[in-house]
Amino acid sequence: MPRIHIDDKEFDVRPGRNLLETCLSLGFDLPYFCWHPALGSVGACRQCAVKAFANSEDNKGKLVMACMETVNDGQRISIRDPQAVEFRENVIGWLMTNHPHDCAVCDEGGSCHLQDMTVMTGHAYRKFRFNKRTYRNQYLGPFLNHEMNRCIQCYRCVRFYKDYAGGHDLDAYASANRVYFGRSSDGILESEFSGNLAEVCPTGVFTDRTLKQHYTRKWDLTSAPSVCIHCSVGCNTIAGERYGSLRLISNRYNGSVNGYFLCDRGRFGYEFVNGTSRIREPRIPEGVQGETWEERVHNATEAFRGTRIVGIGSPRASLEANFVLSRIAGRGNFYHGISALELELSNVASKILSRGTVPSRSLKEVEKCDVVLIWGEDITNTAPMLALSVRQALRNLPMEKSIAANIPPWNDAATREYVQNERGPLIIGAYGTTRLDEAASMTFRASPAALARVGFAVANQLDNTAPLAGALDEEEQAVAGEIVRILRGAQRPVIISGVSCGSVDVIQAAANMAEALHNHNSDTGIVLTFAACNSLGLALMEGKSFVDILQQERDKRGTLIILENDLYRHADPRTIQRIMAVFENVIVIDHTWNETSRNAHVVLPAGTFAESEGTFVNNEGRAQRYFQVYEPANGIRESWRWLLTLGNALGVSQKGPWNSHDEIVRALAASAEVFEPVARVAPSANYRINGQRIPRQPHRYSGRTAMNANRSVTEGKPPEDRDAPLSYTMEGTRLTPPSSTIPFFWSPGWNSVQSVAKYQEEVGGPLRGGDPGIRLLEPSGTSPGYFSASRHEETEITVVPLYHIFGSEELSALGPAISQRCPKPYLAAGPATFGAHTADHGAMMRIEIHGRMMTLPVVVDPAMPKGVAGLPVGLAGMEYFELPAPANVIMQLQNVE
Amino acid sequence: MEKPLTQHIRADGKPLTLAEYERVGGYSALRKVLSGMTPGDVLTVVKESNLRGRGGAGFPTGLKWSFVPQDGSKPRYLICNADEMEPGTFKDRLLLECTPHQLIEGMIIAAFAIGADISYVFLRWAYRDAARIINTAIHEAKQAGYLGANILRSGYNLEMHLHTGAGRYICGEETALLNSLEGKRAIPRAKPPFPQVSGLFGRPTIVNNVETLCCIPPIIALGAEWFRKLSLTSDAGTKIYGVSGKVKKPGAWELPMGVTLRELIEEHAGGMLDGHKFRGALPGGASTDFLVDLDVKMDYTSVAAAGSRLGTGTVVVLDDHTCPVGFVRNLEQFFAQESCGFCTPCREGIPWIRNILTAMENGDGQPGDIELLEQHALYLGPGHTFCAFAPGAMEPLQSALKYFRDDFERHINEHACPWRHAVNDHNSHNFSHFQPNQYAADTH
Repeated sequence: MPRIHIDDKEFDVRPGRNLLETCLSLGFDLPYFCWHPALGSVGACRQCAVKAFANSEDNKGKLVMACMETVNDGQRISIRDPQAVEFRENVIGWLMTNHPHDCAVCDEGGSCHLQDMTVMTGHAYRKFRFNKRTYRNQYLGPFLNHEMNRCIQCYRCVRFYKDYAGGHDLDAYASANRVYFGRSSDGILESEFSGNLAEVCPTGVFTDRTLKQHYTRKWDLTSAPSVCIHCSVGCNTIAGERYGSLRLISNRYNGSVNGYFLCDRGRFGYEFVNGTSRIREPRIPEGVQGETWEERVHNATEAFRGTRIVGIGSPRASLEANFVLSRIAGRGNFYHGISALELELSNVASKILSRGTVPSRSLKEVEKCDVVLIWGEDITNTAPMLALSVRQALRNLPMEKSIAANIPPWNDAATREYVQNERGPLIIGAYGTTRLDEAASMTFRASPAALARVGFAVANQLDNTAPLAGALDEEEQAVAGEIVRILRGAQRPVIISGVSCGSVDVIQAAANMAEALHNHNSDTGIVLTFAACNSLGLALMEGKSFVDILQQERDKRGTLIILENDLYRHADPRTIQRIMAVFENVIVIDHTWNETSRNAHVVLPAGTFAESEGTFVNNEGRAQRYFQVYEPANGIRESWRWLLTLGNALGVSQKGPWNSHDEIVRALAASAEVFEPVARVAPSANYRINGQRIPRQPHRYSGRTAMNANRSVTEGKPPEDRDAPLSYTMEGTRLTPPSSTIPFFWSPGWNSVQSVAKYQEEVGGPLRGGDPGIRLLEPSGTSPGYFSASRHEETEITVVPLYHIFGSEELSALGPAISQRCPKPYLAAGPATFGAHTADHGAMMRIEIHGRMMTLPVVVDPAMPKGVAGLPVGLAGMEYFELPAPANVIMQLQNVE
Repeated sequence: MEKPLTQHIRADGKPLTLAEYERVGGYSALRKVLSGMTPGDVLTVVKESNLRGRGGAGFPTGLKWSFVPQDGSKPRYLICNADEMEPGTFKDRLLLECTPHQLIEGMIIAAFAIGADISYVFLRWAYRDAARIINTAIHEAKQAGYLGANILRSGYNLEMHLHTGAGRYICGEETALLNSLEGKRAIPRAKPPFPQVSGLFGRPTIVNNVETLCCIPPIIALGAEWFRKLSLTSDAGTKIYGVSGKVKKPGAWELPMGVTLRELIEEHAGGMLDGHKFRGALPGGASTDFLVDLDVKMDYTSVAAAGSRLGTGTVVVLDDHTCPVGFVRNLEQFFAQESCGFCTPCREGIPWIRNILTAMENGDGQPGDIELLEQHALYLGPGHTFCAFAPGAMEPLQSALKYFRDDFERHINEHACPWRHAVNDHNSHNFSHFQPNQYAADTH
C-alpha cells in the first residue's frame, strides 16, 4: 500500500488510483470539474491542480493535475501550497469570464457544482472586463433544458452521453472559446439515459425540464430515499416534494445497483404522481357517515363482513401491502394480479435464482463481467440500466490490454484511444432488432422456438447431460457452436434473460446455459429481468393467477379486493369482466384511475411510492425499502393502511393487530424464511441518532412559517411519521444516516449531487456501512438438474412481444413528458414476412390473435426473421394479448400518391 | 558548404521528378537500407547522427524511434507532420514543393526502422501546390516500386497516403494531429501514453517533421559522423533557417546548424530595411521567446541558454517601426483563434490576453493590465495546461514583457498606442497587421 504525503501528513492509500480520487476519498476538499468518478480523468479543466514535490528537499515543486497522476509510494504533494491555491482560483476566474452569473434564475442554483467549486477556491472578485460570448440554445425534447451560455466546457456531457452511454446525437462542436455542446440541430435527444446530463453537467447547461414545470430549489425540497417503480431493476432514487406535489426524481447512489445514473423512464416517469388521473378521494356509496375517511370507509365496507374475501395482489405494490392482503384473504384466496403465463414466467425465473448454483448478478457485478450473452430480451427497453451496465462490461476485455500497456483504467481518454472501438463479446439472441445490437459481436434473430432450441443446444454442448429441445438446422448449429466457443473462453461470463420474451422455454434455455457454463466456470452469473418493480417479491408469495378465480368462485356473494393493479393489462377484457361479475363487491385500492378502478364498487385512493413506504424485491433478489416523501392530502393512504382499515371493517382476524408499518414488516419477516431479512433492510421507525430523527428537509429549507399562511398564520405542527425514523421537518440529526435512509446528499461546501463522495467509504465505492438493500435469494449451491422440454410449436406466423422504454410501462407513460416519447401502436415484421417496402407503401395489417382482430400500420424491422411479427406491449390503445401467439395476418396496402 | 536538404532544388522552384531525383543519387539510401541493413542498424545510425527533431521541440529523433515497442505487431504507423502553420515559418513548404522524393525516401527509411507498414503525410490544408506535388511523387514512387508491397524485392511493405488537414494550427501538435487523422476533434492527448506506444488508432506511431525526415537519406548515405560534422556546434546537421520581418531579403536558407542570428539577419537576409532598427526577434516562429542579442548561435542548446527555443529556426524580426504590443497582440489573436478549446487556461486565458492587448492598442489599457498579463504568462506556462500550445503562446508575451515593458507601460499611461500616430507618418508600412505568409512567396 503506497504511503503518500499530503501537506506533510502521511497517508496509506489504495494503489493504482489517481491523486484526485485519493484526496477526495481521504476527505480532502479538492475542486474538480472534468473528472467524474464513473467517467474517469481527461485533464481538461485543470481545476484539481496540486503542488508535487520531487522529494523532501524539494521546496519549490511543480503544479500537477491531481486527476492525471497515479499515486506513488513516497509521493509528496501539497493542496494548501499558495501557488496551487492561486492557480485553482485562477481556473475559476477563467471559467467565469464567460459564465453568465445568472444563479438567481438558474435551475442549478443551490445544487450547483460550479457554485461550490467557486466558493471552495475563494474566487470572489471579477477581473475580466470584456464582453462575454453568447450562444444559441437548442430544443432537446421534453426532458432537458439547454442553456449553453452557462457552459464551462468540462466535456463531461459528451463523455457521458457518447463514451459511457453509447449515444450518437450529442457532440462537441467548434473550437477555441466557442466550443459548443449540443446536437447537430434542434431535436429530441435520443439516448435513453439523457436525463443524467442534468446531474453530470456541473452547472446549469442541462437541467431537468420536468422540474422546470414546478421549479423548486434543492434546499426547499422535502426528500426521502425511494426506489424506482418503473422496471424490475430497482434503481435507488431520491424523491423530492414541495407544496404537496412531487417535484424531482434524482439519483440516489447505490454502489451495487444503479451507481451514479438513472434511465430516463426512471427519472422522468414520476409525473403521474401529480397527474389528473390520480384517485384523490375514496369512492364509496353515497350517504355513508363518518368523521374521517377511515370511518366512512369502515362504515361503507362493514356491510361486506362475512362474505368470502378474495384478494388480487400486485407486482407493482409493496411486499407489505401484498402480505396484508394475502392475510386478509387467507390461504387459497390470494391471487397474483398477473396472467397465468406471466405467473409461470415469474415463477420459473424466481426458481432459477433460488435453486441451482448460478448466482444472480447486481448491476455493479455485471459491469465487471467480460462476456455477456443476452437471450430473448431487449434490455434497453425492459431494464434500461442493465443495458448501461452491459455497455461498461464490454470494455473489460479490451482494457486488459491497455492496463498491460501501463495505462491506468481511470485515464479515460488514453484508455479509449488504446482500445479504440474494440469491445468484449456480446451475444444477443432476440426476436428482432434490439438497441444493444450496435454493441454486439454476434446477433442471432429467431422465433421463440428457435431461441429455445439453440439455447438448449448450447447448454448441451457445454455439458452433455443437459437436454436438447429439438434438432438444429445448419445455421443454428453454426450459431450454437460459435456461442459455445465464446462462452468457453470467458473469465466472468453473465447470461441475461427475462420474462419479457414471454417464453418459458427461452428463459429455461438461458438457465440451462448458465448452469452448464457454471459447471465449467464458477464465475458464471445470471441476470433475469422481471415485469415490474416487485414482480419477484410477489412471486415469492404463494398464489395462483387471478384468471384462475373463474375456476373457483361461483357463488357471486364474495368480496374482491384488487390491490394497485390494472387487470386489463394482464388479461383480455372479457375475462376480466367475467371475473368482476363473479363478485358482489369489488374493492380497488389504487392511486390511478384505470379500467379496473373505474369498474369497482368501492375505490380507495392509494399512495404512490412517494406517499407510502414499503419494500420491493428487485430482479437481483435485493429487497429495498422506499420511504414516504410526504403525507398526501385528502383521502390518500398507503395501501397497507387501507388494507388494515378493510381488515377491521370486514372482521377478518389478523395475527396482529397491526397498527404500523414496522409491525407488518415483523410479521412478514416471520411469515417465511425468504422474507426473514426484510426486517433488516432499513432501520425501524423508532431508530434515532443521538435521540434525533433523520430530517427529510435540509437545513436551509425555507418558507415553512409562510407556506400555509393563506390558511392559517400559525405554523402548523408538522406531521409525525410513526412508520419511519425520518421526520417531516428540518430538525434532526446532521450526522450521516444509515445508507438505506439517506434522504438527500449534502455536505458542507458540497451542495450539489457531487457531495455523494462524502457518503461513500471511498470514491466510487459502497456507501458507508454498506450499500442499501439485502439479497433475499442466493442459489442453493447444489445443481437441481436441467430444465427440459419444449412446448413451442412452430406456427406460420408467431407474434412476439416488443417493448418500449417509453410507452410499455403503465405509470410512466401517463406523464406529459414521457407520453411525448411514446410510439403509436404498430405491427412489426421483417421483409421476409411482409416484403421490405410495405412500410413505404403505408401498409396496414389486419391481424387476428386468439380470435381477436385489429388493424395496425406496419413497421418493417429488417432483422426480424421470416414467420415472426412483433406487437408493442402496453402502449396506450393496445389491449392485452398473451404473447407469443400464433396469428393470422392479412395485409392491406393503402393507396398512396 | 554542404546543403544535403536543398542542394538539388531546381532554380525554377519546380519539384524534382523521380527521374531527376534518381539522377542525383535519389533512393540510393533506401537501396542501401533494404539491401542488408536491419531496422536496428538504421536506428543506430540515426541515433549516432544526433539528429534532433526539426518541428520545433528538438527531441532526438533516434531516441524517439527507439521507444516504439519491438514486438513486430502490426499495424504501426509513420506520419510526416507537414502541417506547417507556425506563424513566420515556411521552411517545410520549400522541401515539400521542391524535393518531394527526398521526403518520401526519408519516410520509407524511417518507416522501415520502426517497422511501420502504413504511412501518412499530414499536410497543411493551404499548401495546395504541395498537395499536388506530393500526390504525384507518391504515385511515381509507387510505380517505381519504392512504395507498396515488397519494396525493391526486399519483402518490406509500406503504404503511403496524403492527408490534407482542415487548417488547424493545433494539428501541428502530434497527438492532435493523430486525433484529426482518426477523424476526431483535433485536440491533443495526454502523455503518457506516448504515440510511440499508443498513437494512431491506438497503435505504435512515430510522427516526424518534414525537415527531420528529409535529413534521413543523406544521413544513411553519408553516415552519422558526416552529418554531425556539418554543424558548427554540438547540435548536428544543417538547418533551414528563415527570416521574415522588416529585412531587405526575407527568405529561407539551408545553413550549418549554429550560425549566429547576426549572420542570418545581416548576411543572408541582407540586413534591416533602411531606416529600421533591430529590436528583437522570435528565433523559431511565433511560439518562441524574443531574443534581443544578435550574437546567439542558432542551435537548440545555445538558443535555450539564451532563454528561448530554436523552434522551427525561422526568425521573425521586430523592428523599431513596429509596435511590440501590436506585434504580440497579433500573435495572441492567432493563438486565441487556434486554441482547440479543450483545457481551461488556454481556452479562456488567451482570449483574455488578446482582449487586454487589444484594449492597450486602442488606448483602453488600465493599470494592473501588465500584472494580469504576467500572471497569465505564469499560469499558462509548461505543465499547467494540457499541451504545449499555451506555453508556446506565452513565450513571445512573457519575453516582450521583459524586453519591451516600457512600451506596454506607455500604452497604458498615454492611453494610446505610440505607434498608431507613427502609422499616419509612415503609411508605406502596415505596422498593425502582421502577416507572416506574405513573405513566404519570396523563398524561391
